[in-house]
Amino acid sequence: MLTFDKCGIYCAQAGIYIDPWKPVDKAIITHAHSDHARWGMKAYVAHRLAVPVMRLRLGADINVQSVEYGEVLNINGVKISLHPAGHIWGSAQVRLEYKGEIWVVSGDYKLQADGITTPFEHVKCHSFITESTFGLPVYKFPTSEEVYADINAWWQKNRDEGKNSVILAYALGKAQRVHAHLNTTIGDIYLHGAVDNINKIYEENIGALPIAKRIDASVNRKDIKGAMIIAPPSAADTPWLRSMQPYKLGICSGWMQLRGTRRRRGADRGFVLSDHADWEQLNTAVRETGAQNVYVTHGYKSIYSRWLETNYGLNATEVDTLYTGEALDDTTDSETAENKPDESI
Amino acid sequence: MKAFSQLFTNIDQTTSTNEKIDALVTYLDTADEQDAIWCVALLSGRRPKRTIKTSELWEWSGELSGLPSWLLAESYHIVGDLAETISLVIPPSNDERDHPLHEIINALIALKDSDEQQRKAYITDMWQHFGRQELFVFNKLITGGFRMGVSDKIVIKALAKHYKVDENIIAHRLTGNWEAHNNTLPKLLAAGDSGDDISKPYPFYLAYPLETPPQELGSVGDWIIERKYDGIRGQIIVRNQQLFVWSRGEDLLTEKFIEFEGLINILPNGTVIDGEILPVKDGKFLPFHVMQTRIGRKNVTKKALQEAPLVMVCYDIIEHNGTDIRHLSMQERRTVLEGLLTTLKEQHPELPLQLSPLVQCTTWDEVAEERARSREYVCEGLMLKRKSSEYKTGRRRGDWWKWKVDPLSIDGVLLYAQRGHGRRANLYTDFTFAVWDGDELVPFAKAYSGLRDKELLEVDAWIKKNTIDKFGPVRSVTPTLVFELGFEGISPSPRHKSGIALRFPRILRWRQDKGVKEANTKADLIELLNAYRE
Repeated sequence: MLTFDKCGIYCAQAGIYIDPWKPVDKAIITHAHSDHARWGMKAYVAHRLAVPVMRLRLGADINVQSVEYGEVLNINGVKISLHPAGHIWGSAQVRLEYKGEIWVVSGDYKLQADGITTPFEHVKCHSFITESTFGLPVYKFPTSEEVYADINAWWQKNRDEGKNSVILAYALGKAQRVHAHLNTTIGDIYLHGAVDNINKIYEENIGALPIAKRIDASVNRKDIKGAMIIAPPSAADTPWLRSMQPYKLGICSGWMQLRGTRRRRGADRGFVLSDHADWEQLNTAVRETGAQNVYVTHGYKSIYSRWLETNYGLNATEVDTLYTGEALDDTTDSETAENKPDESI
Repeated sequence: MKAFSQLFTNIDQTTSTNEKIDALVTYLDTADEQDAIWCVALLSGRRPKRTIKTSELWEWSGELSGLPSWLLAESYHIVGDLAETISLVIPPSNDERDHPLHEIINALIALKDSDEQQRKAYITDMWQHFGRQELFVFNKLITGGFRMGVSDKIVIKALAKHYKVDENIIAHRLTGNWEAHNNTLPKLLAAGDSGDDISKPYPFYLAYPLETPPQELGSVGDWIIERKYDGIRGQIIVRNQQLFVWSRGEDLLTEKFIEFEGLINILPNGTVIDGEILPVKDGKFLPFHVMQTRIGRKNVTKKALQEAPLVMVCYDIIEHNGTDIRHLSMQERRTVLEGLLTTLKEQHPELPLQLSPLVQCTTWDEVAEERARSREYVCEGLMLKRKSSEYKTGRRRGDWWKWKVDPLSIDGVLLYAQRGHGRRANLYTDFTFAVWDGDELVPFAKAYSGLRDKELLEVDAWIKKNTIDKFGPVRSVTPTLVFELGFEGISPSPRHKSGIALRFPRILRWRQDKGVKEANTKADLIELLNAYRE
């Protein structure tokens, strides 16, 4: 029912693409990260909470249809519905059913509860398309609560030493996740403009976040003391970041699980905090779908396909896409991200 | 072990030297004395011998994790560290225990004489009772290369701070052979005057490369200028009628350098000479690789002794008549050295010690000319030492400089790439380069270092997009990128396909201005080889 072509994942019967990377007539978007929600589609379909972010990033005038989780669209006999993916707020898996055959495109997802995102829903299907960003047994993520506690303890310690704490986290999703769980009794919270833009949308549509100040011309840098500052990864190595001195730098990413990556990034602390599934979560998700056919996209796809075939006896196929997963060494999350080829390996 | 792992983590989480020193001092303040000396032993590279084989670790961790061996191997290639990979795949413990560091090390040493069942029982039991952090540090102890990102300088400073003892004394006490077993730090650091450490070398004084024009060093007349030899830096020690030859890596090499045996009866007791150990034939120095084959061997063959007899080119004396004379000026020490060697040479014409000749110059331009002639002398460049300088500890700026000649260089084509280790894990950073031989590209060198982090990421991304084939952790790529490689020497090598071997190859720069056809050829390499031989 679905095919992979040079524009993206295509459903010919419905005449619609899912997360295409080239301009097409009609596109269903799993979530608003820039490697999945791209510019130039004539018409978009997306979850209600993804829509305002897409308008911010792709233009206020895009033609987009907003839908709720579980709401069924019938396009030329294909029943299409969105289901929570747990990746970031407003992220969805796409379920497509035609003549009794069911496919699920999961986009990016995680099973772990993060405290702000609608949790992942297991959807039964015959064919499942999964990412494999952390599809290696060495990735075993701690619970969100443990990491939030570590972040707050680190902030307190830095404050005691007279230093600011800067956290680098994706502006969309991870930044709100961290922000919502900060212990506001420790000190003030400041935001990079890119984070504040997204936070405003979050607060208008979902709910309040702890009080924080946007860092703009009106803020005197001397007033920022012992504070927590949340910035996107693209702020690394910029004069903007240096003006926060004295500070300690923390990076939130699943890649921080590996010591080599932590050291390479030159951060003071790496927090293992990801919006993607780790090894056990991927395996659970795949098994729970009951799917016999699994298409493995962005990540350790050859290793993970081999594992699915040899360990679970599934038909696993590697698929090349242009999704980037959780990028560490570039700035996929920036609002002007270029299309980067799929290769997390 | 929890305290030691915490120390490891604290040191790992900072790049600040002061914070590392403080972490170490905090550890020393509370650690059990046997743990403390083992900690210092580990940090200064005195790891107990490995008792567990890598293949055994793979097998046991496969059993505990329930993962197939191919998946463990793939994981290892990406993590780039055996100890870390194992610590990440072992199921988390719900029954953690703590053991003192010295108890673990003693148990590991005892495993040497046990059979596989006993080794397996011990290791897998430990694996199931550690937290993630201790598990990683434990695995580091049982696998190769325990490194903690702590230099000798940091250890010395921390000990000096903790015990309130002068850094120079600590540095001297920590050199040479000492045992952590049945020993304590106070005992080790107080051992100075007892007779049991007569083998101890002094910490080597090391030079930084000269990065400014030499004119900024002031008057040429204030400097002793010597050639920088390409051998093994060492100290020859005679005390109590015993001879010790130490390398700068603090390996005791007395047995390997039997040419120096006779010095026991020649050098006065209480003599320590610092110099370069080199092969020499018919009055000419030979290239480093001639000696290299010999160091690796257990026994020195007659053939090697005839083909490459060793001498020491002496450039300093740091103990004379049993007295530490490091505080004297370079000029004064040089006078002592000249006096000693001249007398000895008259009595023993075959003495395997030569005085390092001075390069006489009156202007810096003349010095530069002499530097340019370094390769004629089979030398790497010049050494500049301030006449008034003391003999210091470790690498210091200011009084001693090495001024090396520019490396030889050649443009090679990137052919294969492999994932790196440590902080380069998961990035393709280990490269194999080729030169043209007709229409064919012949690999001639591997190089890992020289690119900046930004360039590494760029090349890594390029490799992933331009892979032709994958063989395990290695990828072959479309021959496109050209890099300028620098190296210190070139020698014939039947073991390599190209027929040559380079000394210290590294990347000088990425030649983005050059197309693949503009890279050098095998003929160019052979020309360099021939030129370098003469």
